[in-house]
Amino acid sequence: MAVAALEQEILSLRKHRQLYSMIGLLLVVAVLVSGYSKSNEMNSGGFLQGLSKFFDYPGEIVVEAWQAGPAFFGLVVHFFPAMLETLNIAGVATLLGGAMAIVLAMASTRNVDSWGPLIPVVRRMMDIMRAFPELIVALFLIFVLGSSPVPAMIAVAFHTAGALGKLFSEVNENIDRRPIEGLTACGASWLQRIRFAVMPQVAPNYLSYFLLRLEINVRASAILGFVGAGGIGQELRRTIGWGKGAGDETAAIFVLLFLTIMAIDQLSSYLRGKLVGSGRAH
Amino acid sequence: MATDTLEPVVILDDVWRNVRRRAWITVLAPFAVVAYLVYTWFAFDVSDLLSRAQPERAAILATDSVAYKVHVTKNFRRGELEVAIEGERTATYDNAEVPDWVTLDGENAFVDLGDGYTVEIKGKTAYFDVPGYGMIETTATAKGVETRLPEGEVPDWLKDDPRKLDARPSLDKRLQVTRTKIEIHNYFGGWENFWFPFRSPLYGKSFSQLYALALSADRLDPDYSNLWFIVHEFLGNPDWQHGDVFVALFETIMMAVLGTITAALFGLPLAFLAARNFTPSQVLRFGTRRLFDFLRGIDMLIWSLIFIRAFGLGPLTGALAIAFTDTGSLGKLFSEALENIDNRQVEGVKATGASQIQRYRFGVIPQILPVFVSQVLYYLESNTRSATVIGALGAGGIGLLLVETMKTSRDWENTSYIIILTIVVVIAMDQSSSWLRRRLIEGKKSG
Repeated sequence: MAVAALEQEILSLRKHRQLYSMIGLLLVVAVLVSGYSKSNEMNSGGFLQGLSKFFDYPGEIVVEAWQAGPAFFGLVVHFFPAMLETLNIAGVATLLGGAMAIVLAMASTRNVDSWGPLIPVVRRMMDIMRAFPELIVALFLIFVLGSSPVPAMIAVAFHTAGALGKLFSEVNENIDRRPIEGLTACGASWLQRIRFAVMPQVAPNYLSYFLLRLEINVRASAILGFVGAGGIGQELRRTIGWGKGAGDETAAIFVLLFLTIMAIDQLSSYLRGKLVGSGRAH
Repeated sequence: MATDTLEPVVILDDVWRNVRRRAWITVLAPFAVVAYLVYTWFAFDVSDLLSRAQPERAAILATDSVAYKVHVTKNFRRGELEVAIEGERTATYDNAEVPDWVTLDGENAFVDLGDGYTVEIKGKTAYFDVPGYGMIETTATAKGVETRLPEGEVPDWLKDDPRKLDARPSLDKRLQVTRTKIEIHNYFGGWENFWFPFRSPLYGKSFSQLYALALSADRLDPDYSNLWFIVHEFLGNPDWQHGDVFVALFETIMMAVLGTITAALFGLPLAFLAARNFTPSQVLRFGTRRLFDFLRGIDMLIWSLIFIRAFGLGPLTGALAIAFTDTGSLGKLFSEALENIDNRQVEGVKATGASQIQRYRFGVIPQILPVFVSQVLYYLESNTRSATVIGALGAGGIGLLLVETMKTSRDWENTSYIIILTIVVVIAMDQSSSWLRRRLIEGKKSG
């Protein structure tokens, strides 16, 4: 009797679940279909007309790059300084943002004895810093400071501080409290506790997230260059603006950007693997 | 003895080597960071940048984005007095219906700027009464202006020049006199004409009046019902372009949602091909992994530039750029998750005589579903931000609109309106995705 009732209940639960899955699936399909047809309408060029032209532009660039011959490698080298500038933007932004994030994280986790009333305030602050699209900060600072790498750097650093701050405080939440208690028993101050009990525990994870962020920030700085923040993005906008004839330069930038991003990706995932073990490389 | 072998073997040399290494790292790492920052200080030319910076632009932006001004202008060429919001022709008051702080009397006018500040215009002369300072009397002549100031030192806020007088005793009150005109600015907080355009019959109506109007049967415009008319007037507001802004926001969200879902749908099956425990063929695995690297490495920037060439401006371009990049990123993440699954569950399902598809459905999918859902939601969140940026590259949406309004750099309140809306949307997406994540993943754990 009881078994029959149980079976009945399990069956009805399963029916419910199947129904929910079905509804979810239908919803996704509906969003996809209606979204794509709507956005196809809103686009200035349609999908089907564009499909035939899809390889035109890459083809054009490749042909021009091919015609340039060995001079193409000269072009790739020519854009090195611009790429370096983009890397510097990302590097400084990650350093400054990361430093800021450590301060924010230490101020917003109960587990490391942050000052209670400050915790919710700092958390909301990080939420807002994360929500600010880099573009907005960058455009505003370009308007005030003029076209230069610094606005992009500040914009990326601002976002990084919020994003890393949240990840860091999650790391803080999972640490072992016993070293902190041990140091408290010896009468250590809060800074000493952070330095000698918390930092050694969290450093590998912090560094791993830091490298991941560096990877993301290189991409972000390249894009911000396109709206006038210097670096490889700005060069790209210049060569693309010239239209036909500059295809070899555009191709050189594409290749350089691709190789750099790949190299940074590989390097950072290798280092992260060493830091926290390959199992949790991401 | 057993205890002897358990004793830790300490070699003093090793210990000292480690200590020395640590000490060097502690000294060198901060030193390297500082050196790098100094290098970039010069590489970015920060000192030059600071000397060229225009902080007053930030001040203009800040005041202009929260306040608007009403101009009272007497133009000697046309000989008439005009009261207009922001001095715009489309927002000029009828001379019979000027605001009550202005009194017009033919050629003359009396303007009460509040707090005891008054300006009287008589012919070509303006009398500006500033409490605590005295009466400033300025006459426009054929060559310039003639000014009579009260006795004593000339204050900072007053610029007395033979060609132009500019008096701004407080941030929200200003008088300018030149050879050709007398112009008074009176500043008010808030955004002007935010709801309805100045010429609209709905201008200046309160919310309850609008509510009554929406329900009333007398049509303001015989072609539309009143409610539709109100919505239409609001969306069509030429100064604020609410309609365009909302469409642009919608485009941006659409880019993010479509791009992320598409990437997830393509990334999942490809991830099986890249996972060691599902694809024995090394060639196939290698190929799929390089495909992921390729898609990710090209980056959204380059993808969107290529797609803009092919498909023109619009949300489709942005969605495809996001989809291509993230198929790579999500595919990589999913394949890592697939390699880490627990094989016992799959074997258990297999032992019941399940087919290949059933094994995947009941043995594999339930294990990676939490990773799948949470990663897709994380990407949805970050793609909302990315969509604003690739919009600015030319794909459209709110990013492009923002760049355009900033370029015209006239109506800063429009810019701040767009910025606020964008941030609200990003935060809303953030919150709803983390709510969904909590419901779907943590709810499952406890239930």
